[in-house]
Amino acid sequence: MRGLLALAAVVLLAPLALANNYHYEIAILVGLNAIVCVGLNLLIGYAGQISLGHAGFFGIGAYGSAILAARYGWPPLASLAAATAAAALLAWLVGRPILRLRGHYLAMATLGLGIIISIVLTTEDGYTGGPDGMSVPPLAVAGFALAGERAWYWLVGVLLLATVWLALNLIDSPVGRALRALHGSEVAAEVAGIDSARHKLLAFVLSAAIAGLAGALTAHYAGFITPGKATFLHSIELVVMVVFGGLASTFGAVVGAAVLTALPQLLTVFKEYEMVVFGGVMMLTMIFMPKGLVPTLAALAGRRR
Amino acid sequence: MILLRAAGLAKKFGGVRAVEALDFEIREGQVFSIIGPNGAGKTTLLNLLTGIYRPSAGRLWLAERPLAARAPHEFAAAGIGRTFQNLQIFFNMSALENVMAGRHLHERCSLAAALLRAPRLARAEYACRRLAAELLEFVGLGAYALAAADALPYGALKRLEIARALAGEPRLLLLDEPAAGLNPSEIRDIDRLIQAIAARGITVVLVEHNMKLVMGVSHHVLVLDYGRKLAEGAPDAVRNDPRVIEAYLGAGES
Repeated sequence: MRGLLALAAVVLLAPLALANNYHYEIAILVGLNAIVCVGLNLLIGYAGQISLGHAGFFGIGAYGSAILAARYGWPPLASLAAATAAAALLAWLVGRPILRLRGHYLAMATLGLGIIISIVLTTEDGYTGGPDGMSVPPLAVAGFALAGERAWYWLVGVLLLATVWLALNLIDSPVGRALRALHGSEVAAEVAGIDSARHKLLAFVLSAAIAGLAGALTAHYAGFITPGKATFLHSIELVVMVVFGGLASTFGAVVGAAVLTALPQLLTVFKEYEMVVFGGVMMLTMIFMPKGLVPTLAALAGRRR
Repeated sequence: MILLRAAGLAKKFGGVRAVEALDFEIREGQVFSIIGPNGAGKTTLLNLLTGIYRPSAGRLWLAERPLAARAPHEFAAAGIGRTFQNLQIFFNMSALENVMAGRHLHERCSLAAALLRAPRLARAEYACRRLAAELLEFVGLGAYALAAADALPYGALKRLEIARALAGEPRLLLLDEPAAGLNPSEIRDIDRLIQAIAARGITVVLVEHNMKLVMGVSHHVLVLDYGRKLAEGAPDAVRNDPRVIEAYLGAGES
């Protein structure tokens, strides 16, 4: 709970350092990516199941809400909820067969899933606008549009804190223990009575729903989306954020998302080489701190004391 | 009462018959040992009794009722717990959490309750933590409760697996070579622990190579060789059975 309070303090105090709308925009993107990463970390870091296709669920949330709101005139809150549910439903349907796979095979299957979603979003241009993207109506509640960087900042900040709180609760519960157990030894988890298939599916669906929600919010915030956010490369970026921050560390996922979202924005000179930087970060992380940034720093701090 | 009955149990891997036409009965409250040379099918048999393998043929009854379980977690829910010959510890958790995870079957927790930290859950967690601590104490690992599992020595991990299995409150506990790799004093501890478990009314199936341990602690011994039953009976009878001696020492010159 101390961690959650610290994160709340950061969210509350960060505006003091945010000088203009561009800074707010970066902070909002950090928050949205952090929400996705906290969810993805439940799957990868805690349950020990890889997904290289989570940008697909992000894309389904984003395009689902955009299409329902822009083309069918749904109120954005309803489209947001429906798109999140759609991402969860797809994860449930696809997860049942593919979560029987392990290791490299699961990685390949989720990779394929992500690529299929990305291709569908790009080619179904009647609905999605194809590679050119589509514009998205702003988020509005009872006729009041949520406008302005500051309003969005507080919305995303509160949602991030809520996501982290829920994730911490889950991890510390019997359900979270079951997830960690099947990561530790699937056969031992099973003979302890843990239904491994059910728990893997639960983590997969939950993380997909969170990615879908963050995708829908991103679409409404930006007002315009392209398939770029649903691509394989974005899936990889999300995994790199989780691994860099620290597998099985909720605050690690937040820090990983923050560093790797903000860094490319601040170092615009590297823009062309963004993926090179990501690849380099991934390699250096694996070599020098395989447990990730936050767990490594925590261990160092513990040793100092 | 017969707690577990197997009839015609068999397991083939391709052309290899790891377990063949096996019939046996385990009486409730007994320490039932399974011995045999390496490759005799002992671990395969434990895997059949815990649902890790599906039998090629044969049937199982638990407490006189056909065992309908299919997946390993359903065998666990039916009341069969086990440990592993090659350790299967949750190395990503503390010793205490390993035991708490073993309690899974007795925890009622919905996803919503877990996410929202329901007050009822906090009380259940407290009880679970206390019970896990007691079990660690029972197996002699009280001092290690908060240590990370990967920091524990080998002998302690063997007992941690036993504590985790006990947390599920099994009626039948299968121990796969609990004394393997332990020194004589640790083996004496395991011996005492098995007797203490049996004294709690839990039926124990022991697969073990250490004959001193087996002969001292068992009520009944089943000898396997090449997947078949070679002999069965009280420890003294089995020890003096010429077929058993031959299987272990090889056929004498005649």
